[in-house]
Amino acid sequence: MPEKLVITGNFAAAYACKSANVDVVAAYPITPQSPVVEKISEFVESGEMPDTQFICVESEHSAMAACVGAAEAGARVFTASSANGLALMFELLCWCAGARLPAVVCIASRALGAPWTVWTDHQDAISMRDTGFMHQFCETNQEIYDSVLMAYRIAEDPRVFLPMFVTYDGYLLSHTMMPVQIEDPEKVRDFLPPLKTHVDVGELGETRSVSAVIPPDITVRPEGNTPGYMEYRYAMQKAHEYAIDVIEEVNREFKVKFGRSYGNGIYTSYKIEDADILIFGIGSVASQSRMAVDQLRSEGIKAGLISLKLFRPFPVKHLREIFTRVPLVVVFDRDVAYGYEGVLAYELKAALYPCQNRPIIRSYIVGLGGRNIPTDTLTKAVKRAIKEKDDSSVQLDPHTDFLDLDLDRLGLSIEDMQKEAQ
Amino acid sequence: MTPRNEQYERWIAQKILAARQTTTIGEAGKTGTWRTIRPVLIPEKCLVVKSGKPTCHKCWLYCPEATVSRSIPPVFDYDYCKGCGICATECPTEAIQMVPEKEAPSCAETIANAGGNADA
Ligand code: SF4
Ligand code: SF4
Repeated sequence: MPEKLVITGNFAAAYACKSANVDVVAAYPITPQSPVVEKISEFVESGEMPDTQFICVESEHSAMAACVGAAEAGARVFTASSANGLALMFELLCWCAGARLPAVVCIASRALGAPWTVWTDHQDAISMRDTGFMHQFCETNQEIYDSVLMAYRIAEDPRVFLPMFVTYDGYLLSHTMMPVQIEDPEKVRDFLPPLKTHVDVGELGETRSVSAVIPPDITVRPEGNTPGYMEYRYAMQKAHEYAIDVIEEVNREFKVKFGRSYGNGIYTSYKIEDADILIFGIGSVASQSRMAVDQLRSEGIKAGLISLKLFRPFPVKHLREIFTRVPLVVVFDRDVAYGYEGVLAYELKAALYPCQNRPIIRSYIVGLGGRNIPTDTLTKAVKRAIKEKDDSSVQLDPHTDFLDLDLDRLGLSIEDMQKEAQ
Repeated sequence: MTPRNEQYERWIAQKILAARQTTTIGEAGKTGTWRTIRPVLIPEKCLVVKSGKPTCHKCWLYCPEATVSRSIPPVFDYDYCKGCGICATECPTEAIQMVPEKEAPSCAETIANAGGNADA
């Protein structure tokens, strides 16, 4: 029977694992992800997840190593992490994707140390960008539950065979209770049949071989030539490029089956029909931007929002379609590509560069290390972007804008600097 | 340059999967030359030898180089065994002894076969 529970985002992820009847869970606790693992271990302990092996490990690195090993042997695997723990996993995340293993990994996002912190931003998740994982962001606890189920369907599709991250903001979702519909196990099984692995353990040793170390070029063998490193990576990139079709398809199917969907599976939109300014953001930033859109509209500014759900593969085609409709886009990043600018901002700019009608794109950094993002901050930034839209010196300025810094209260205002200089 | 063929690219994406493929013997060269100690079986202690059945075989299961055979008795392939000692550690009956390479009889031969020099 489906049931509606009032649970945190972490528990929503744990319930999704239960519904997905995951074979192997290996995880190491870190704030704010810990309750995911605690809940799953409770399920396993109480016999509610009778088919699941829970492996206690000594680090995130080992957690992912255990998942990789289990996935190689054909298991449906799950782990979750945050921030520095996630960073420790990095090596094995790359391995998981390179080996084309359909793992699902949840990220309860949190700022990376140093300086040490436990509050949310998107730096940890975004920093995992080039591992080869696909990557979804969530805005509600229901979306976490649903996204994990969809992530397995997408990852395990033979057309894809790539692992996927499901990211949700630490605390804002991970520790906040919301009603979540937990679906009937039979129905979930229908949507997500047991994994038919692409690795047949019984055939190991008989399959065409691959070198322990992959040379740059293909290897000539009597039993058939084997790929070089570049052929493997080409296949992985192509799997990413064409995964977008599968992701849209799965989103549609999920809607038919469970009555819920998240935009087109790529992004969700808010009041974009008549908008001439679009805000672009992910996760908590997008949620807050909905309120900013309402406030701007009450002041007569026709703003709209695109909340990016699918960060990888980066949906270039979809973003071009939507963002070339408006003359101005404001991007709020809760992350920085240090030494450059907000990641969403520059990726959007790159995506739109070849387009005829590319908009002016203004980017701001907000909410690092859990700093609150008041609606006012966002609306003010949008208004500033409108005012400076035709000012080319602003558009050409290579420096980033951080919103809501509080340097004056540190005694570090411009006046303080001038005083010091005298 | 041939034009991009979508159907072909999709096919390739599914066709080249690292996880689907396995190593074959000798992929990394004759790793036996790396060995400083070698595993030697003490048959009287080995469970599969004693029972005459393929029961234990933990040495086979744990060897990271797949150089222990799943036979009765288990046989080490000294051409590729790196001498890590995992088999000896995992063996429940201490039926595998790690012997310094210089004391083992066929050492010079193995290294010579691999094109090395035992005295170097
Ligand atoms: S486990 Fe190590 S020592 Fe034993 S056979 Fe394998 S490589 Fe040799
Ligand atoms: S692990 Fe020890 S007892 Fe078991 S088969 Fe190997 S040598 Fe024999």
